[in-house]
Amino acid sequence: MTEPGDLLERAIAGERRALGRLLSLVEQGGEAADEVAEMVHDRTPGEAPVIGVTGAPGTGKSTLVGHLVKEMAGTGGQPAVLAVDPSSPLTGGAILGDRIRMDGVAGGRAFIRSMATRGHAGGLALAVPAALRLFEACGFGPLVVETVGVGQVEVDVTRTADTTVVLVAPGMGDAVQANKAGLLEVADVLVVNKADRPGADDTRRDLEHMLDLGRITGLAQDWRPNIIMTTATTGTGADQVQNAIQAHREHLTETGQLEARRRSRIHQEVLDRVTQELDAAASQYLSTQPAVLTEALAGRSTPAATAAKISKRLLSNQPPS
Amino acid sequence: MTDSPQAAVAGRTAPIRVVLAKLGLDGHDRGLKVVARMLRDAGMEVIYLGLRQTTDTVIAAVEQEDADVIGLSMHNAGHLALAPRIVQAVSDAGLDVPVVIGGIVPEADVSALKEMGISAVLHPGASAVAVGEAVREAVRGSLGDQPVHD
Repeated sequence: MTEPGDLLERAIAGERRALGRLLSLVEQGGEAADEVAEMVHDRTPGEAPVIGVTGAPGTGKSTLVGHLVKEMAGTGGQPAVLAVDPSSPLTGGAILGDRIRMDGVAGGRAFIRSMATRGHAGGLALAVPAALRLFEACGFGPLVVETVGVGQVEVDVTRTADTTVVLVAPGMGDAVQANKAGLLEVADVLVVNKADRPGADDTRRDLEHMLDLGRITGLAQDWRPNIIMTTATTGTGADQVQNAIQAHREHLTETGQLEARRRSRIHQEVLDRVTQELDAAASQYLSTQPAVLTEALAGRSTPAATAAKISKRLLSNQPPS
Repeated sequence: MTDSPQAAVAGRTAPIRVVLAKLGLDGHDRGLKVVARMLRDAGMEVIYLGLRQTTDTVIAAVEQEDADVIGLSMHNAGHLALAPRIVQAVSDAGLDVPVVIGGIVPEADVSALKEMGISAVLHPGASAVAVGEAVREAVRGSLGDQPVHD
């Protein structure tokens, strides 16, 4: 009854329900999502700043995002938030509990959409950039993506951002933890939240050391992340986080990295799509040609050898022998 | 696309999305948290708004989250006053989203609530299965023979 084109017109005119529907289409993927992507393409110059916010569960991401959004709206922005929470791998259900932390502070000033991971890492990687473009086409910006920083998927999602803010809380561990690879490495802005709690200064010191070591080993590039102390429950420090985000954006613009990041994002998105297609093709192949597994199942061939054979056939489009 | 056949109703592929809230100054949210978990385990996506919501914040969430159903918990005897307001707010917003109420509701009030447009009323002690089925049934009822997203 309601075509995507009609929905998009209404969404651009400011109808939030229509944008809500379009986001569902994009989230579900498939033909409808592709149709939406085609329609918004001309309306998305890719100029809306995208800020990723990540960190371990319970560090205060959503609460801080609520305050950031308030800051952004206060300076004339039309912020939109994409809040990603995990789906249960067992039932597919999810409790999307980010909005509850944001609404009280942000009020009606932002469009907030909660998104469950739905057990499809690849699907989420496609849905997030598509949803962000939809937001931009409807006049929103800056755009905030909040993810639970527990795995590679989430790190990938924050790569869709121009600026990534990583939250840590006091008691996150000692200097060894701070130097482990992963989340902290992708930070453009580091936030020690719950700064009113004991140990906040120790956490700050460990982070400073981590950054110093990055200098020594030469891995750290021309940007040293600011470390901001915040108390998200009261909003203390949120303005400084906002300033740090802006400073990082200016740095990206001056050094030409904004454009470079944009290009690598498109590269990554194309790659993600191809990977998803191949993944689907492989699953399809295995379920329609179960005989190819016979040797491996009987123990006469290793899984690796069987996989190599199948990959070869798939990529050369050979019919199964 | 979905991993949650349990959550699906005929004609849709995505999990059911539920907005869960309590309106006004009703501070008893333990039941709501239990229900959130029940619906999660029934394969639904629960947008948890929690305490001290208004009809406006609930409607805003439903629009932005493209929710299929609203679940309200009521423990302060306000149901007869609040139910017509939320039903009115849903209709004023041009939405076709069923409302399910759970909590302390005397049996005698159930038919009045249904007449006001409430899809289902769940009482204390309702099993997880009953809660999930009531929500699924409410969504099914509002969809009719239509495909999911009109």
